[in-house]
Amino acid sequence: MTASSTNRAGFLAIELDGAGWDGADITRAALAAEWAGFHAATFTDAPAPGRANALQRAAFAGPVTQTIALVPEVDTVYTEPFHVSTQLASLDYVSGGRAGWIVTAAESPEAAAAVGRSSATGVALGQEAAASIEVSRRLWDSWEDGAVIRDVVTGRYIDVDKLHYADYETPADFAGAGYSVKGPSIIPRPLQGQLPVLAPASLLGEVPVVAVDGVLVSAPTAELLGAEVRDVRARVGASVAVIAELGVVLDSRGQAAAARSAGIDGGRAAFAGSAAGLTDFLADLLKKADGVRLHPASLFVDLEELGRLVLPELRRRGVLRPVVQDGTFRDLLGLDRPASRYATAAAAPAAGK
Amino acid sequence: MTQHIRAKSDIFTPSGQLQFGVFFQGVNSGTIWKAPESGSQTDFESFRRIAQTAERGLFAAFFLGEGLRLREHLGRPHALDVVGRPDAQTMLAALAAVTRNIGLVATQNTTYNDPADLAHRLASLDLISGGRAAWNIVTTDNAWTGANFRRGGYLDHADRYRHAEAFVETAKRIWHSWETAAGPARRVVHEGQHYTVDVTARLPRSAQYRPVLFQAGDSPEGRNFAARQADVIFSAHPKFDDAVEFRKDLVERSVAAGRGANAVQIMPASEFILAPTAEEALEKKEWVRSLQIGPQQAIAYLEQFWGRELSSYDPDGPLPEIDPVVEETSETRGSGFHGAKARQLADQWRAEAKDKGLSIRQFVTSKTARIDSTFTGSYTAVADQLAEYARVGAVDGFNISPWLIPTGLDDIVNHLVPELQERGVYPTEYRGSTLREHLGLDTPVRSADEAVEPVRA
Repeated sequence: MTASSTNRAGFLAIELDGAGWDGADITRAALAAEWAGFHAATFTDAPAPGRANALQRAAFAGPVTQTIALVPEVDTVYTEPFHVSTQLASLDYVSGGRAGWIVTAAESPEAAAAVGRSSATGVALGQEAAASIEVSRRLWDSWEDGAVIRDVVTGRYIDVDKLHYADYETPADFAGAGYSVKGPSIIPRPLQGQLPVLAPASLLGEVPVVAVDGVLVSAPTAELLGAEVRDVRARVGASVAVIAELGVVLDSRGQAAAARSAGIDGGRAAFAGSAAGLTDFLADLLKKADGVRLHPASLFVDLEELGRLVLPELRRRGVLRPVVQDGTFRDLLGLDRPASRYATAAAAPAAGK
Repeated sequence: MTQHIRAKSDIFTPSGQLQFGVFFQGVNSGTIWKAPESGSQTDFESFRRIAQTAERGLFAAFFLGEGLRLREHLGRPHALDVVGRPDAQTMLAALAAVTRNIGLVATQNTTYNDPADLAHRLASLDLISGGRAAWNIVTTDNAWTGANFRRGGYLDHADRYRHAEAFVETAKRIWHSWETAAGPARRVVHEGQHYTVDVTARLPRSAQYRPVLFQAGDSPEGRNFAARQADVIFSAHPKFDDAVEFRKDLVERSVAAGRGANAVQIMPASEFILAPTAEEALEKKEWVRSLQIGPQQAIAYLEQFWGRELSSYDPDGPLPEIDPVVEETSETRGSGFHGAKARQLADQWRAEAKDKGLSIRQFVTSKTARIDSTFTGSYTAVADQLAEYARVGAVDGFNISPWLIPTGLDDIVNHLVPELQERGVYPTEYRGSTLREHLGLDTPVRSADEAVEPVRA
């Protein structure tokens, strides 16, 4: 995808929480989102009754979809960074390069108690997230492109010179229990090289801007969202995608949005009203943000309205990026496929998907 | 769901049936990568094809191993064998979307996972797949693997099974913490030496109540662990007489554990080299072995015991006359040979190779190929052989490692399975939709010792 065709057009993501754990429902939701023209589907993972593991839901959606990016939330505080890295790399394989990662840092006494650790708070959350991102990125690079050589003459399946120890150690001022990760990864480099990493703006600071490819921006009300997007844009610059978070509840099936709005998250900016009103709102928001992630109040009800009325009109107005067949999530975000940080000069030009 | 209510009997009753599982190995010297027909070991397409072929052949289960650190040889990643292994549960969740019946077995370690987290993830896989998930329980005890994890190498060898068993008990309590399919879940608390858990389950029970439990481990501790906890054990005893002995031993242990003689099923690891005739099968076997153990693999195999480079030795010549530089082998980390007495072994091997007149390559092939676990022959002869296992109940099935990816099950599904079906020892359809139903396992009941009351709140 060339930058010129996409500079002014944004992308839309949809949060698929609400599709439950049943495979048929996950398929139905992911396909409905893809057919509606959404560019990405996200899978929330905060502990809640009835919510299955986000990464597995995303993996299930991999083989049944073609173009939509699949982006699970994965916690960084109470998970093993080595497992997280391997699982996300595997998601990239099962989705053909459409995987991403929404980094979360759980401020949750329950999550801490479940794994027998003391609860992380404040600055420790961002530090855990930053460490986990760095471990994953190093492990993803720890197999250079083309490390699997299958050279029959020498009997070598891999070129050991293209494998690298990650040798990560948490910094001296790390707020949590320090740790190290040796590497290399146990899976070859992900198809995208590096999965796009998205993080909520609240983690920026401890998580450096250069560590992320996208920032999720929240505001208390829909009116304040545009201003918040501008503020974050000023902090992160043009190279990081700025993605606005918006709850959505639409007039549907003869019922006014106001009557259904009990289903939306009180802490997040939300739009309640008609499809036409939302279309205008999004067209304006997509001029400020690179993308918008929608959180429907009722997944299947609102998804139907979005696919039928909102996305077609946004496409007609030219404010949505075209969906790229066989594209990666990096392609969608306009990111090149990076060389491994460990790549030797001779091996560096190995690029392309 | 069909309820198979059986009284706990002390008398073993053969089912007269066999089940197949397929083990997509990922990291090993058994998978041939040098043949032109060998495909990608990491692309989803390879996994999809194997899983769908297995399902066409009514296999009960698809297994994936777990990798937590790359094997090393003489201080560097081992270069000669297939390596690069996707995460088991992520891959199985994706395969759940393109299969309908086959069980999905994830090998997951008890040392470098947290019980509540792993129980939740396995419950997720179980629900997403409609009740087809299983957990192959393994343990690790070396600091070398621990170097990839926050915990580091925290577990002593002696604690391995005690820790694993507490882990499994905790996972079972989490899965059984539901009064009914819809809940509510009771809080599960465990305070142990190595970890504490305080969690309320977030997911309801699946169509098969909880994931099926597989376990491998041949030591007396491992067998007792399986007898107490597992639904199926992977044995390393596929040869007929050994299999019968192993069955007797496991039945005794299961009865002693109070679970009845039929409580634990047995599926030995195995490899099949099949052809229309016995002669062709033997030719095929030569070809398979030559690709599994090439000249470099043969030298590397010895290097891990000698602890030194041996590349100047001729793979077709005798074993090296020089002595190992190490007392204990540790050079190919993660291969399972760690800690053997090197000098003693070298003397023994030189004598053995000389006696039998074997070259390095021939000797290594004899040591490494799955000699004991390989069924070689014509489709009909091997089917007759397997039918005898079913008749006496030597095993409940076989866990097959295909030596070729992704086409390595084709001849088994197309030719061996129909022969077994004709003999009445292999299913002609899936019994139900869950793995538990395929295997004919009882619905799990909450045992009295799984204290589900809130403990020490």
